[in-house]
This record gives sequence, structure tokens and C-alpha cells, in this order.
Amino acid sequence: MTTVTRHVPDELGRFSEFGRRFVPETLMHALEELERRYAEAKSDPQFQLQFQHLLAEYVGRPSPLYFAERLTQYAGGARIYLKREDLNHTGAHKINNTIGQVLLTQRMGKQRVIAETGAGQHGVATATACARFGLECVVYMGEEDIRRQRPNVFNMRMLGAEVRPVTSGSRTLRDAINEALRDWMATVQTTHYILGSVVGPHPFPMIVRDFQSVIGRETREQCLSLLGRLPDEIVACVGGGSNAAGMFYPFIEDDVKLTGVEAGGRGPQPGEHASTLVYGSKGILHGTYSYVLQDEDGQTQPVHSISAGLDYPGVGPEHAYWKETGRVEYVNVTDQEALDAFQTLARLEGIIPALESAHAVAHVLKTAGRRSPEDAIVICLSGRGDKDVHEVARLLGKEI
Amino acid sequence: MASTTRIAQTFDRLQTEGQMAFMPFLTAGDPDLNWTKRLVRELAAAGVDLIELGFPYSDPIADGPVIQASYTRALERDVHVSDIFDAVRELTAGDSCETSLGAGPGNERAAATGPPIVAMVSYSIIFRSGPERFVTRAAESGVSGLIVPDLPADEADLLAPIAQDAGLDLVQLIAPTTPRERAERILAAASGFVYCISVAGTTGERDRLPDELTDQLRWLRSKTNLPLAVGFGISRPEHVEPLRGLADGVIVGSAIVRRAERLNDPNADSEQVLAEIGEFAGAMVRACHG
Repeated sequence: MTTVTRHVPDELGRFSEFGRRFVPETLMHALEELERRYAEAKSDPQFQLQFQHLLAEYVGRPSPLYFAERLTQYAGGARIYLKREDLNHTGAHKINNTIGQVLLTQRMGKQRVIAETGAGQHGVATATACARFGLECVVYMGEEDIRRQRPNVFNMRMLGAEVRPVTSGSRTLRDAINEALRDWMATVQTTHYILGSVVGPHPFPMIVRDFQSVIGRETREQCLSLLGRLPDEIVACVGGGSNAAGMFYPFIEDDVKLTGVEAGGRGPQPGEHASTLVYGSKGILHGTYSYVLQDEDGQTQPVHSISAGLDYPGVGPEHAYWKETGRVEYVNVTDQEALDAFQTLARLEGIIPALESAHAVAHVLKTAGRRSPEDAIVICLSGRGDKDVHEVARLLGKEI
Repeated sequence: MASTTRIAQTFDRLQTEGQMAFMPFLTAGDPDLNWTKRLVRELAAAGVDLIELGFPYSDPIADGPVIQASYTRALERDVHVSDIFDAVRELTAGDSCETSLGAGPGNERAAATGPPIVAMVSYSIIFRSGPERFVTRAAESGVSGLIVPDLPADEADLLAPIAQDAGLDLVQLIAPTTPRERAERILAAASGFVYCISVAGTTGERDRLPDELTDQLRWLRSKTNLPLAVGFGISRPEHVEPLRGLADGVIVGSAIVRRAERLNDPNADSEQVLAEIGEFAGAMVRACHG
């Protein structure tokens, strides 16, 4: 294992070999500007204070670190703790990033925000933050996803956002990102693009990680006060990888096992899963160099997951760096395992998780029994499952 | 090296005659590669000076809706990079003068007399192939230069030395949003010609050309001897005249691709479509050559 550091990316946006900027010249000036303005904000105590204040008063942080006693008994091994990001305002970790980026938008003097969304969670979190600060908000969403996620589309509109259907290509998240980048190229002087995950060109992977790192920092403090020490293992689901990046980053230089869980879907065949780090190869997508699910020509391959939030053929470049260095282990669980974990957590703990987060729970249910009861595992419960109940009911053959 | 490439020779010849270059864009493989070959020959017959050939990519962030839809159609018909190189090889070094743009077998780059082909290709595709292998295949097939719209000058070192060794120009792009100190760095990495994006945003047709373009072209002219080609948003012969004396060439993408799109319609008269594209190209050539 090579040494791994938190002091990434460098000034070129590189996480060792990964990351960088592979975007049209039209965006380069905006990205350089964003990088500069973010660096100023990061070192401005006023900005940080305002961000912390909003996280506390508006988002409802810190989120609890909860000991899942019955889940622990069921798994029969290590003590299992849940970091309750599902209790945040809007029901997921996404709001941590959108609040931070809306503050940046204001600082840059821009009045208009655009965002992409897949399942709609990032779209809702962006629309929420824009409503709070009176910014114009346009959310790009694939036509196919709009059909599957009607309640979130309604919520975004209720919050004053315009939802623009994307009809190009696969009509899902990756085309929504393409379309948002296109909008940005034409409107960059007046508009900020709030990217929802640790993907895309530098400085987005760094900015989103930094805003999400509140998850890991709180978990660290809570473990020290609850357990008197750091946990033995931390597990988080990985699509683009923002909740995992925010959770892992503060622990990167500690002696804590870190495990990222990808969507194994229906199996390892191309098009049946969204396990970019487990089955993919090095490549470039959406302006960043990382791992990609692609064919031999470099064309992006179709993906599948029971969970719309993990249904992405790329992954953040910092995760590629953590994989290469061996710092984080990346595994996957199937649709069925996630669906089982979804129900198990509901029945044993009275917590209905997002299908994304259920992937992390499923992995822990498979592995906690191999650990001693002295060990402590923390699961990042990145979101709540309200949005998924229709899909789960359909899969279980039940009517709502 | 730069002064001996086919792209440089083409611009040199036109400049001597006081003419601007006309460079149409085509998607390789829309509706299929046989049609691409016919379209290239039609454009060559219409007298175009260079041809920009787009390699379909699944996630083209630098292109507008017309070209993306064209890429999607090509990929749905399973067009592969190797097939595109085969088609280019046929066009630039075919067995007979009738099917080839070049002058026949032998050293195709030196012998070819048809319009040089510039490949517009995402760095995602180049990276996947491996830059050395991609450039070798491109040069062997008779491609004269590369436009890599998602490889900014800051990352051009990944490709520029390899392209140069193979005798391929690596064209750099300058946007209306590019600050001048950044533009100077881009010019230092450029070869072949400079691709000046005329409107902020992605490729597509616009109603009129923006005023700021004039200032930027004058400034660029004072900083480089490389030819300046203006693209993104040019769709009619009338757009050419205001650029005379400011630019050395014009690039037309969406206006051609939108016409070629009709070749996908089984009810369309494809010979008629081909003839219309030839007529449009001819009108653009006359406008550019003055």
C-alpha cells in the first residue's frame, strides 16, 4: 500500500494521477474563477461561520450517531452504529453540499443556479437551498428519471425550481450532467453550476468533498465521545461517491478500515450493474479522469441499479485514488441484498433507509458477524427511504 | 514541422490567393460510414478546403443538440473507431483516383490532393485507445490533424508531443470567455490553425455573429501567425463576409449535420439531400473564396 494523503488534489486538480480537467475551453475560465473564489471562501472565517450556522439551524446538524442495538444482535458480531444523515432537512446528505455551494454562488455575485439530478434528491436539495436564498434555480433531469420520480419533481417545482426534461442520449443522470454543462457554457457569466457529487472537473470533486466532510468530522468526534476511540470500520455506499467521500476523508490518515459499497445490480455483465470501481477501467467522463464503465472504444456503457442514486457509470477521482493506493476497499452488493437490508433495517430499528444507503447496510449484515463484539462499525446512513417506497412496493409485488 | 503539414499548406495556398478556407463538419457514421464517404466526396467535389470529421462519442459535453443527436444515431448503429479509420483510409488512399481523395497509393500524406481531414474527437476516446496508438492509427489512415475539444491547453502535453512526432497538427480552441493571458498560453500550444469559438456555449446555429468577435480576432491576429478559423454558430453564406480580413477560415457544423440528418429518413430522397448539401457547401465555398 502506497502512502495516502489528505493533501490532495494539487493545484492542477490531481489526486495522484486522477482528476484534472477535461472540459471545453469555454468552461476553463469559469472553473479557474470558481477555484479561486472557493479558496478565498475556505480561508474566510465569516464564510465558514455562516456555513456552520446554516448546517446547525437549517439542516439540523449534527446528525446523531446511533447505536443500532437490534441490528447488532441480528448480525451477531461487531457493534453497528448508524450516522443518521437521513435526519437532515430534505432527508439526505445532499443538502450539506448545496448549502455550501449556494453560499459560494452568492459570494460570486451570481443570481442563477443550475443542477443535474438523477433520483431527484440533489435536485430537491438544490431547489431548497435556492429557495432559502432567493436564487433562480433550473434542474436538469432525464425524461426517464422524471417518469420514475414524480414526487421529487413535484417537490422541486413547489420549491420554485424549473425542472427541465432531458431527452438526449440515455435520458438519465449522465445526460442531465451533459445538459447542465452545456447550459453552463452558454450562461457562465451569470450562473453557477451546483454539481451534486464528487465528480466532474476540478475543483468540483474537492469542493463537494469539503462540504460533505462535516459527516466524517462529526462521526470522528461522536466516536471519541461515545466509544472513547475511533471505530474499526466505516462503510458507505458509492455511486458518484459524495457521502462516502465526506465520511471517509477525515479518517484517511487514521487506522480505520474504510469500505465503499457499489451497486452490484443483477450481476457482473455490462449493463447489469453500476460497480464502476469493482468492474470498470480507467477513463474520462464528465471532465474528470477516474474509473468509468466503458466499452473498448471509450463509449460509456449503460448501467443498472435498483437505486437511482447509485445508477452512474463514473465515480469521483478521489475514490479512484483511494482504490489505487489500497486505502479504501471497494465491494458491491446486489439489488436483492440491498432490498433485503432495506426491510431488515425497517423491521429491526424502525428506520426506513434510502435504497442507496441500504447497500451499505447489506454489506455490513454480510460481514459484521465475522468481527468480535468489541469491534465497532459505523454505517453512513446517507438518506431516508420515503422516496423509494413506491419502487420497493412494486418489487415486492405489493400495492400502496 | 508545422509549416509542412497539409493543413498549413492548404491555408498558405488560400492566403496567397486572398481566400478564406471553408471547413464543413460531418459526423462519421451518420447515417452510416458508406454515406459518410459519399458525403465527404460530395463536399470535396464542391470545393471545400478542409473537412472536420466528428468521431461519435456517447457523452459529448462540447457539442450542441444537433451534433449530439447525430452522434447518438451513429452509435446506435454500432460505429467503431476502427471502422472510422478504415473509412478515412479509403478516402485518403483508395485504390483508384476515382474513389480516393488522394492521388493514389504510396505515401498518402504527401500524395493526397483532396481536402485534408481533421478529426474532431473526445479525449475520452483517445485516452481509451492510448494516445500513442490513437495518433499512430490516425496518421496511418491519412488524418491530417486533431481537434480535441475536451483537452484544454493546460492538458495538451498529454497529446501534443505525440501528435507532433506523427506529423499531425493539434488544433487549439479559444473561447469568447478566454482571458487574454490564458489565450497567450493557448497560442503557445497551438498548431495547424486556431479554432475561434464565436459564441459562448456549445455548437449550434445562431442568427447573427456577435460583435465582440471582431475585437478578439484582431487581438489574436496581432499575437499569432497561425490561421484563425471561426466556428460555432455559422450557418449561412451571409455570415462569411463580415469575417473577411479578420479570419482565415470558417467552420460550419450543425447546418450541415442538420441537412444530413434527413438521410436517416427512409422516405427522404437521399440523392436530393446529397445534392442540397453539395449546393450549400458550394455556396459557402464561393462566399469564402470571394
